[in-house]
Amino acid sequence: MAMTPHPETAVDPESGLLVVETPTDAHEPDQKDVKPRSMFRRGWEVFAENRLALVGLGFVIFIILFSFVGPLIYKTQQVSVTLADAYCPPSTQHLLGCDNLGYDVVGRLMYGGQSSLEVGLAAAFVACLFGSIYGAVSGFAGGVVDAFMMRIVDAILSIPFIFVLIILAVLIHPSRLTMIAFIAATYWPGPARLVRGETLSLRTREYVAAVKVAGGRSSRAVLRHIMPNAIGTIIVQATFAVADSIIILSGLGFLGFGIQLPQTDWGSMLSNGLQFMNLGYWWLIYPAGLTIILTVVAFNFIGDALRDAFETRLQRR
Amino acid sequence: MVGYLIRRLIQTIIVTLIVTIITFFLLHLVPGGEVRAVLGVRASPAEIAADSKAWGFDQPIYIQYLKWLWQVMHGNFGFDILRSTPVSSLIWTALPRTIVLAVIGTGVGLLIGIPLGIFQAVRRYTAIDHIVTGVGFVGYGSPTFFIGLLLVQWFAIDLHIFPAFAPQATSLVGILSDPVALVLPVATYAFVAFALWSRFMRSSVLDNIVQDYVRTARAKGASERRVLWGHIFRNSLITIVTLLGLQLPVVIGGAIFIEYVFNYPGMGLLFFQAAEATDIQLMLAITVITTVVTILGNLLADIGYAMLDPRVRYS
Repeated sequence: MAMTPHPETAVDPESGLLVVETPTDAHEPDQKDVKPRSMFRRGWEVFAENRLALVGLGFVIFIILFSFVGPLIYKTQQVSVTLADAYCPPSTQHLLGCDNLGYDVVGRLMYGGQSSLEVGLAAAFVACLFGSIYGAVSGFAGGVVDAFMMRIVDAILSIPFIFVLIILAVLIHPSRLTMIAFIAATYWPGPARLVRGETLSLRTREYVAAVKVAGGRSSRAVLRHIMPNAIGTIIVQATFAVADSIIILSGLGFLGFGIQLPQTDWGSMLSNGLQFMNLGYWWLIYPAGLTIILTVVAFNFIGDALRDAFETRLQRR
Repeated sequence: MVGYLIRRLIQTIIVTLIVTIITFFLLHLVPGGEVRAVLGVRASPAEIAADSKAWGFDQPIYIQYLKWLWQVMHGNFGFDILRSTPVSSLIWTALPRTIVLAVIGTGVGLLIGIPLGIFQAVRRYTAIDHIVTGVGFVGYGSPTFFIGLLLVQWFAIDLHIFPAFAPQATSLVGILSDPVALVLPVATYAFVAFALWSRFMRSSVLDNIVQDYVRTARAKGASERRVLWGHIFRNSLITIVTLLGLQLPVVIGGAIFIEYVFNYPGMGLLFFQAAEATDIQLMLAITVITTVVTILGNLLADIGYAMLDPRVRYS
């Protein structure tokens, strides 16, 4: 694990004193002409060293292409029910067979993937954007405002989020758009709390004080100086948020409060297939289940590597 | 310490009040929802108005809230119109069941996860570490219900080793006296929990292994065993206790899936049934009570944190 870099210590042979030699760029002349690398470039180098992360990234790109471009190549009928094909086993015509309504399972995975990925990515984006701004404002404001804003976060975090999601789904008919809003509405306090913590340490820095001295408004300090410096935390959080949102959506789909027919998502597909579990129609269960797990694991791999990349970028480069 | 406890208690009360406000107003977004759920979709506006008046749903929402809050503070969660039972009696039978399953499940998860996390940290970057990490990734990448149903398929339907249902006994003693039926639900809980806790423990131990006090302990000649268990382990647990408190809502929320899959009549299943029937009183009561249980759990975790870590001074 990342040890704090030790300055090289040696005993000077002439004086017998302990010489502490701090490695600096000045000792390596060939580094002089190298352009200073941006934060993202250094981050990418650490990221790219992590093989699991590359596998994760590869899978995410694959599954996005599969869901959104795939239907153009592998054409299936996803609009009306074809009962003659119901439960058909995998064949050359239907690579992974058909479900109980005669929908081709591969095509259904693409179609459901569109929902799962759209909801996952959008909910993560909205939750992290709102949460970050909320957290930054709260941490920057401090005092009573901060205390009050954080009690709201505490309150929402202590309500088991699945209950709130179900309440919302019962009251408002669930669709892709409302699902994004619901998941974002329950997820934002997590990022908010983390960004607030980051802001607390950032707001005492000189460059934030300089904004105040120069007469800049608070909104400028938050949006131009604090948020960009907390971007590492935010991006890492957003990656995990995508994984969490996909799982949450599948859970809601399983309980029947998710995206409704004729639309579908991987969770609803899985829950539909599980009704026929002990009849031996494995193609109704395992493809959807494995797709969820692999996608979520891939996003988690990326998130882990990003965290390492942002944490170690200062220590290692 | 006493001052800290008092401040923490005031915070807890404020948070609980905010929770009641959020849940109450959320559930009363739809006007006449409750009455409509009882009378059905074909009820005439006049019937709805009459019933609303009889149950007090025609009053302004803040009045309804304050009345409800006053009753709740007296332990009265209202009357479940759909089931003709007081809400509190439904909850007092379901809550202990959920707590028992959650405690056993999380306990087993911790008992596996913590030693595994330590083992991984000691053998870091070896093949076995990567394998356990990989299994862990699958563990928290899988939807809980999927794990539960796979276990049912493999161990109950295919192999006939364990029953597919959780204990159906009404009393706690009855539930605990049927340990065979508890195996699959507990295993589901534990599989998800072990992944989480071994990961937390691994990184917590790794954070501590590079600390100065570890070098000091080695320098003074403590055995590796003593360094690990006497120094690193104890300090790593501090993080775990805090995280345990923060994970409570997730654990209790996860109960809904496990209880649904194994048909275990706890709070989660009760909530699911209430949601299907749009039973607003019951949903409200369950959400508020589980949240209060979580908040109390958080408070306990914080107090535990203060006792474990003498450096923490609350002034």
